[in-house]
Amino acid sequence: MAIGCAISLVTQRNPLYGAVSLIGVFLSLSALYVLLAAPFIAAVQLIIYAGAIMVLVIFVILLLNVEEEERQPLRLRYLVPTAIFLAGALVAEVTFILYFVQTSPYTPSDPGSSNVGLTSNIGANLMTTYLLPFELTGVLLLMAIVGAMSLAKKMPFLVSAPSRTATGSDAEPIAVTVKLTQASQQEEEEK
Amino acid sequence: MDFDSPLVQTVLKLVAIFAAFTVVLMIVAYTVLAERRVLAFIQGRLGPNRVGPGGMLQPFADLLKFVFKEDIVPDKSTRFIYFLAPIIAITAALMPIIVYPFGPEINLPFIGPVEMVVARFDVALLFVLGVTSVGVYGIALAGWSSNSRYSLMGGLRASAQMISYELALGTALVGVVIQAGTLDLYQIVEQQRGYFGIGGWNIFWFQPIGFLVYLIAAIAETNRIPFDLPEAETELVAGFHTEYSALKFALFFMAEYVNMFTVSMLATTLFLGGWNGPGVEQFPVLGLFYFLIKVIFFLFLYIWLRGTLPRFRFDQLMHFGWKFLLPVAIFNLILTATLALLGWV
Amino acid sequence: MTTKLFANGLFLLQDFPTELQISVDLSWYLSLSAILFTIGVVGVIIKRNAIAMFMCIELMLNSVNLTFISFSSFFRDVNGQLFVFIVMAVAAAEAAVGLGIIISIFRNRESIDVDDASVLRG
Repeated sequence: MAIGCAISLVTQRNPLYGAVSLIGVFLSLSALYVLLAAPFIAAVQLIIYAGAIMVLVIFVILLLNVEEEERQPLRLRYLVPTAIFLAGALVAEVTFILYFVQTSPYTPSDPGSSNVGLTSNIGANLMTTYLLPFELTGVLLLMAIVGAMSLAKKMPFLVSAPSRTATGSDAEPIAVTVKLTQASQQEEEEK
Repeated sequence: MDFDSPLVQTVLKLVAIFAAFTVVLMIVAYTVLAERRVLAFIQGRLGPNRVGPGGMLQPFADLLKFVFKEDIVPDKSTRFIYFLAPIIAITAALMPIIVYPFGPEINLPFIGPVEMVVARFDVALLFVLGVTSVGVYGIALAGWSSNSRYSLMGGLRASAQMISYELALGTALVGVVIQAGTLDLYQIVEQQRGYFGIGGWNIFWFQPIGFLVYLIAAIAETNRIPFDLPEAETELVAGFHTEYSALKFALFFMAEYVNMFTVSMLATTLFLGGWNGPGVEQFPVLGLFYFLIKVIFFLFLYIWLRGTLPRFRFDQLMHFGWKFLLPVAIFNLILTATLALLGWV
Repeated sequence: MTTKLFANGLFLLQDFPTELQISVDLSWYLSLSAILFTIGVVGVIIKRNAIAMFMCIELMLNSVNLTFISFSSFFRDVNGQLFVFIVMAVAAAEAAVGLGIIISIFRNRESIDVDDASVLRG
């Protein structure tokens, strides 16, 4: 199912359908993580990827009213079959490696119960061995918050873009997260 | 019967799932009725009392009405998502029910001691949070696929509200997790077995702030008054479910009430002690009864709030969520972590 | 293989995985991850819509996560899962900033077609 959703993501022209199929990919990957004895990561994947990142993407798609892609102009047409052929070559190489190379002599030590995926184990490791990456991740998230907020601020002047009456003239009531309408109204004021 | 064979276990699990969902759906149906009656009493009138004795068959009448209504379908290219959105909403609303512990170990007559929870795993709380995050899509996609600017805006506002309050919700829950040391809901309930079954509840032992934050965030999550501007837009302008008719609207409607029910069950489990109460050790069946009473109390609280409070404006709502509720939740988290470090918890 | 996965899944309904019984070979998971990664690469090359390209990048990140976790469960090593946790946090941060950039581009240019954003092309 993961592969089906991924192919659908790439071939869909409407980006909203692509987003929905990416959600499908995330859900199926979450199920796979459960099968691999990683329940914490599966739940975290649900919350972060399927729950937060894709909501942001869908917000952006809906707010910017993105349209479907048109057909590619003729001069770039040759890229598509080339890409697929190279992708096929990559897959062939990987399967060759996986099937014909000698499997390593390492076997898992005890096929019984293991502590690996449990939340307590992950938490303990995060706080002791991986403390520095944990703190750095916190700082990174703080940088991302500040960066996103400064990107979304209303800029004092704007490069005048060719006006499209579709987005400019219907006065949308309230812009939720993006000050897009204020920007376009400012453009109209400046004209 | 051989109770260790996987086939029998699977069948038992399926029976448990079926029973749990049936009970939930019946309770939800009667919650709708109860809401109309209680709201009516708060507002000084009677409410539906004609269908059946005292109006008890009203939900079935409503269901029949929904089934027979005309089904309007859009004819543009958004038909797939139009059908998908209520399915996402109701699936994400019903899924968390499998992790709630309804009662302690009860000795069923043929089967032996059975823990009253459908699935028990050690990331249960994160699973609930994850599935409610996925439930946001139902509303956002519904708003978009209705092909009208107002429902798009309503849907976006609703999903913005939901994701804002998810943060406060999660942070309020982390306090409970720090105190309990596990994400498994069954163990959290077991740890609240305190003085005579009442004193050990999490709401008394160091989590009152967490409880209040959770309650407010949960009311915002389920789009109920006083946070229901995305729905009240149905009365004012339009909402995310304007273009939905008949059965699909019924699905959204049910999804909202199931969400309410789910959130009440989570509040009961985490803060009010789940199935704990006086006398549960001797008669485990009392646990089911106490659980039900506590959940019904929360549902009544929801309806009570609906009848009493006015509605927030959208910017007031976002202001409240980000600038007040989230700092209070973080403060609660720091406080609980400090207490845990000091060994008092 | 799907029947084995299904049996695993039913088993998991009762007894959540602290005990892992890998009845599916590791190589299946790795090949799935490779296929997802190549699909992501193809998507990044083909798509002209900036948001669709971003989604294909997320797909690639997820396939790498899958590889990490499958190795981590096969070798009973927790480091893989911790790394995945941090990769997810980084992806979330990148998503926020990337979408902000896309919105800024849209504000200036009224279109997020990356083929049109060629002002710097010499």
